[in-house]
Amino acid sequence: MNAAASEQLDAVFGALADPTRRAILTRLSRGEATVKELAEPFAMSQPAISKHLKLLERAGLVRVGQDAQRRPRRLVVEPLTEARACIERYRVEWEQHFKRLDGLLEELQRGPAQRRPKPKRVKQRSHLKQKK
Amino acid sequence: MEEARVSMPSEREVEISRAFKAPKALVYRAYTEASLFRRWCGAHPGWSMPVCEMDVRVGGSFCWRWRNDEDDTEFGFFGVFQQVEPGERIVHTESFDPGGTGFGMGESVVAVTFSEVDGVTHVTTRITYASQQARDSAMQTGMTDGMELSYQLLDGVVSGESSRLEVEQRC
Repeated sequence: MNAAASEQLDAVFGALADPTRRAILTRLSRGEATVKELAEPFAMSQPAISKHLKLLERAGLVRVGQDAQRRPRRLVVEPLTEARACIERYRVEWEQHFKRLDGLLEELQRGPAQRRPKPKRVKQRSHLKQKK
Repeated sequence: MEEARVSMPSEREVEISRAFKAPKALVYRAYTEASLFRRWCGAHPGWSMPVCEMDVRVGGSFCWRWRNDEDDTEFGFFGVFQQVEPGERIVHTESFDPGGTGFGMGESVVAVTFSEVDGVTHVTTRITYASQQARDSAMQTGMTDGMELSYQLLDGVVSGESSRLEVEQRC
């Protein structure tokens, strides 16, 4: 992952860490809205909402819409998809370890007498070689 | 068993939880006895685990190193146990060694908690990083990417970029 993508993901995770910002995104997922409209459901001033919006914009999650008068904000989904994919890759990596632990625990509980032969280890990741 | 779940309880933390069909005492052993630990954590296809040392007591240290079968590149983790409640909970520091450098990057604190309900053991691993950036960087890098990073550094393909890669790692 390059530095720019990494920085953007940091910004996305940072933006998502706050409940108000998550609520703003949920609202925008139903359609674009002005700062005033976004501020209404929250017991917050427009400047406070604007501050949250700035962070969301920096993370690439929110963009200002076409209408120059109203300046409505709209949701940008792509960074969320990328953040989700990152978490999923991380999860799958752990799951691979845990699947091996499942196997070991099963083997230990069965006792050594009934051990099944170990599956042959297949060499993987050889595709990395091609990158050279 | 249901697959692993990942959550981010705070800006600096990540939590991984998973249930295992085995009594708690056995799962705890698989996490704390080096000879058992290497049989699951050291069994990553294409990699061997030449070093798997763990002295599971308060103040005791651990060192895990993986080596690539094809080109001998290595990377690892090391740290010190801070809390040890046998069968219940272990807490240790953890640093990433990207391979042959002998120094660690981005120390985190790892707390592993074991609890058993009806013969099923729930293991919760909570990792606390120094900053949100450090957490996100570690999550993006992962163990597999760490391996790729070792490759890239070894190959010298990214010699001009290596400082950038290191910064990403260290964050």
